Amino acid sequence: MTKGFPGKGVFAVLAAAMSFLISTPALAELGQPRPWQLGLQEAVTPIARQIDQFHDFLLVIITVISIFVLALMVYVGLRFNAKTNPKPSKTTHNTTLEVLWTVVPIIILVVIAVPSFRLLFAQYDFPKADVTIKAIGNQWYWTYEYPDNDDLTFDAIIVEDEDLKPGQPRLLATDNDVVVPVNKNIHVLITASDVLHNWTVPAFGVKVDAVPGRVLRTWFRAEKTGMFYGQCSELCGSKHAFMPIAVRVVSDEEYAAWLEKAKKEFAKAPAAPEKTADGEPSRLANLER
Amino acid sequence: MAGKAATAHHDDHPTGLKRYLFSTNHKDIGTLYLIFALVGGIVGGILSIGMRMELQHPGMQIFADPHMFNAFTTAHGLIMVFFMIMPSLFGGFGNWIVPLQIGAPDMAFPRLNNISFWLLPPAFALLLISMFVPGPPGGDGVGGGWTVYAPLSTSGSPGPAMDFAILSLHVAGASSILSAINFITTIFNMRAPGMTLHKMPLFVWSILVTAFLLLLALPVLAGAITMLLTDRNFGTTFFEASGGGDPILFQHLFWFFGHPEVYIIILPAFGLISHVISTFSNKPIFGYLGMAYAMAAIGAVGFVVWAHHMYTAGISLNTQAYFVAATMVIAVPTGVKIFSWIATMWGGSIQFKTPMLWAFGFIFLFTLGGVTGVVLANAGVDRALHDTYYVVAHFHYVLSLGATFGLFAGWYYWFPKITGYMYSEFIGKLHFWVSFIGVNLVFFPQHFLGLAGMPRRYADYPDAFAGWNYVSSVGSYISGFGVLIFLFGVFLAFQRKEKAADNPWGEGATTLEWTLSSPPPFHQFEQLPKIK
Repeated sequence: MTKGFPGKGVFAVLAAAMSFLISTPALAELGQPRPWQLGLQEAVTPIARQIDQFHDFLLVIITVISIFVLALMVYVGLRFNAKTNPKPSKTTHNTTLEVLWTVVPIIILVVIAVPSFRLLFAQYDFPKADVTIKAIGNQWYWTYEYPDNDDLTFDAIIVEDEDLKPGQPRLLATDNDVVVPVNKNIHVLITASDVLHNWTVPAFGVKVDAVPGRVLRTWFRAEKTGMFYGQCSELCGSKHAFMPIAVRVVSDEEYAAWLEKAKKEFAKAPAAPEKTADGEPSRLANLER
Repeated sequence: MAGKAATAHHDDHPTGLKRYLFSTNHKDIGTLYLIFALVGGIVGGILSIGMRMELQHPGMQIFADPHMFNAFTTAHGLIMVFFMIMPSLFGGFGNWIVPLQIGAPDMAFPRLNNISFWLLPPAFALLLISMFVPGPPGGDGVGGGWTVYAPLSTSGSPGPAMDFAILSLHVAGASSILSAINFITTIFNMRAPGMTLHKMPLFVWSILVTAFLLLLALPVLAGAITMLLTDRNFGTTFFEASGGGDPILFQHLFWFFGHPEVYIIILPAFGLISHVISTFSNKPIFGYLGMAYAMAAIGAVGFVVWAHHMYTAGISLNTQAYFVAATMVIAVPTGVKIFSWIATMWGGSIQFKTPMLWAFGFIFLFTLGGVTGVVLANAGVDRALHDTYYVVAHFHYVLSLGATFGLFAGWYYWFPKITGYMYSEFIGKLHFWVSFIGVNLVFFPQHFLGLAGMPRRYADYPDAFAGWNYVSSVGSYISGFGVLIFLFGVFLAFQRKEKAADNPWGEGATTLEWTLSSPPPFHQFEQLPKIK
């Protein structure tokens, strides 16, 4: 690498950041990251919103603490250097100060703990399920089951780069989306067939490990329709980055229509032919499990 | 030999192979550790630059197969933890400085010391070999991350690479346990007359606490990876659900070791930073006892917070609530340390020599890494951040920027004592500023990536993450350039041979090592110093 290279890179980055700041950012697309994004993805469930608010609260606290420490250091560096303060003091104790910097952090932590526990308990406060789905992690795709709907079962496999349709984000789109109704309590049961995986959708504020031999669960209530993406978040081997999670939130009517269609398309036996788009064989789609 | 050396002139020491391979001298072994860590750091650093080159743009560019990227992340993590930071801070500075600071002639068990070091090169070799033998079907090396979670490390990686890595950790772990025993014995029994525990330099305190952490944590790791080994090769099913085992058990065992391990990495840096700050502020350490017991408290509480790494693994709600509370407690003694360092400087007469710059940088960067740790401690918000780049940014701020800045502070602080030569102030400061800018460019944007949802250990990422990844990669090249400046500085110091005074830092440096010549004689303190 030449010496000029990093400099040039920094310049390009600054230029890009500037253009980002002055141009009106395109309307934030729900359910997936945006270029140069700084914060959490926009929340579409009550829990995700609560995470968002709690994180904003924490961000203020940690920013204030960091700036306070930085300010002290800058002051100390300017005021107490060899030039400005040639005769050092020999102070080594100040009980009041020591008690203060033990007690004040404890108070700050208690202030953090209250909303923290509220959020944590809300995440585990499962409302009655309207729809239950099951997500099974495999190397390297997800299998979804709708146990309440004739055990409707299908695989969701990544759409390869060359097969992407317009509007499908690279590495996030799958051939078969998980479809759920809007404004309904969705319970998700999560497990794995081989190694650990992790099922997450950032906009929903859910993230659960898929553990072989265990069924974990989470819930969400999406308040907006649209496509919402997540990515496997527990290292699972070579194609860990290539087993996305794509959830389509639709109205009740669309959901009912999709169910009808999906039941036919993914009928149990004989194995339905896989969509040909990605050329993947109909792996395990309807094999015995 | 020992009898002869005790009476002989201190220049009369064995040479060549005899001096180093069979060494029982704490300073020579310390030097070996430092050289070894340098090699480990260069290898681990090259791996990280390879990863950043791959991640500079979306899509696969450098690596033919994403598994190879995973093998790089795994090796980078294991090498930096076991073969860079631990051998330098604990092994290198611990060996060199602890006997000098407590006024002891050597370590308690010199031969044990020898084997502690010489176990490391074979351990490192085993890990390097693991990168070139089959791991999972169709790929070479271990791709399971430094955490080697089962079942990816058992049924998911049938090739011998994983076995090599396990044996490497076993050997490296044995090395650390032996040196922990040696340090505990040395510190408890060989302090100079009058040096009570409460008069002991803080670096010695930090090594003492670290040694206890190693002694208690590493056997658990050894047990866990032995169970991996038998699951893999002898048909046991400790971590195999179909045989009645549980993959989560491995995570508990691993993090029971893994969390104390992060304090093993950072505590020696805490200790030496106190000396650097006090020396260059020309002022005694503020709140000495608080500082010592804060380290002991961090060590103790560090053992009961492990499951905060596992909030998404399905542990129960009440368990999560406990680990949230326990984890946040650690912020208190850590805060005591940060504020005591600042109070040490307050009213001082600070000289911004190179070691002090690194210590200054350490305090601020460690604070940044610490506060994001408070964020991650909350299970509720960790639900969004677990296994994202936010976590990567957090632990690199405390380790890559914290521990490593501490390491360089110690390096420049003790370089004159260890080698007898002065380093170049200009090169040292240039090294600091280039590294400071570089590492912040690498890791600060990773907070944004993590918040936006980019998972860690990804060889390729959605295009929206391209911007900050590019910045991060540029930062890693700048940091890499900083390492070249560092190496040049070392080369220059040995070339110029500018003689260092016994105490080049003036009256702020009060610990015993500065009463000796630079470099110290082959055997020091033939008459024990008396501490008032």
